[in-house]
Amino acid sequence: MDITCKAEKSKIYIYFIGELDEYSSSGVKFTVDSIIDKTATGQSVFFDFSQTTFMDSTGIGVLLGRYKKLKKLGIKGYVYNPSFQVDKILQISGIYDVMPKYKRG
Amino acid sequence: MKNKMTIKFDSVSQNECFARNVIASFILPLNPSVSDLSDVKTAVSEAVTNSIVHGYPDCVGEVTMTAEICDRDLHIIITDSGIGIDDVDKALEPFFTTKPDDERSGMGFTIIKTFMDEVKVVSKVNSGTKIEMIKTISKQAV
Ligand SMILES: Nc1ncnc2c1ncn2[C@@H]1O[C@H](COP(=O)(O)OP(=O)(O)O)[C@@H](O)[C@H]1O
Ligand SMILES: [Mg+2]
Repeated sequence: MDITCKAEKSKIYIYFIGELDEYSSSGVKFTVDSIIDKTATGQSVFFDFSQTTFMDSTGIGVLLGRYKKLKKLGIKGYVYNPSFQVDKILQISGIYDVMPKYKRG
Repeated sequence: MKNKMTIKFDSVSQNECFARNVIASFILPLNPSVSDLSDVKTAVSEAVTNSIVHGYPDCVGEVTMTAEICDRDLHIIITDSGIGIDDVDKALEPFFTTKPDDERSGMGFTIIKTFMDEVKVVSKVNSGTKIEMIKTISKQAV
């Protein structure tokens, strides 16, 4: 999985490109955390899953961990444009209660 | 259509991707719907990850995946000879995990049960775990 990011005014977009599973998760956590640490002054973080070709329950754990981190920093997190497969898993997890889903529109 | 296959692989993380791609290739002749294909891949990924992460926490062991197709019914069995589960009912509960420090969500079994038609878990401490999953695969609409 590749992680890229884009900063736009008070918004930070973090893109999850490829497959998120247990194998890729430690690298993903490390990269996403360092992006958050570097740009912690931002108002909100959008986790973009439009280019995520595969994700299992590992992704739920990764997102919940980032949610806790953002909460400590007083930053709001959103799930942005989840693909059909990702959306199905995140819906089961109930994570949208704390990290609302946002669609490009 | 009738077909079956078995693979055996080491409990290393790279094989999570390997196993779900094997099952995807195996069921491709059924021309599965996009949704069923992704459900099966996810369920296999969950079960195999569990064997790798929980079954063999401090060593590399063997994981076996057997799959059988009978008409449109897919039957998958994933087994390990790892540490086993002492309370299977508890393990199947949503959000239950024995590894919260690793940011595991405890949602693996819940996802498997949601995505597959039938799921059975049999486990014995210090002997291993076997998970059986059945799903009828629907055809890709044309
Ligand atoms: N193959 C296995 N061997 C030993 N323990 C297992 C196995 N599969 C699952 N478990 C146990 O069941 C629990 C729940 O599994 P799961 O729902 O996939 O959540 P998670 O993997 O996030 O912990 C695990 O935390 C683990 O204790
Ligand atoms: Mg799991």
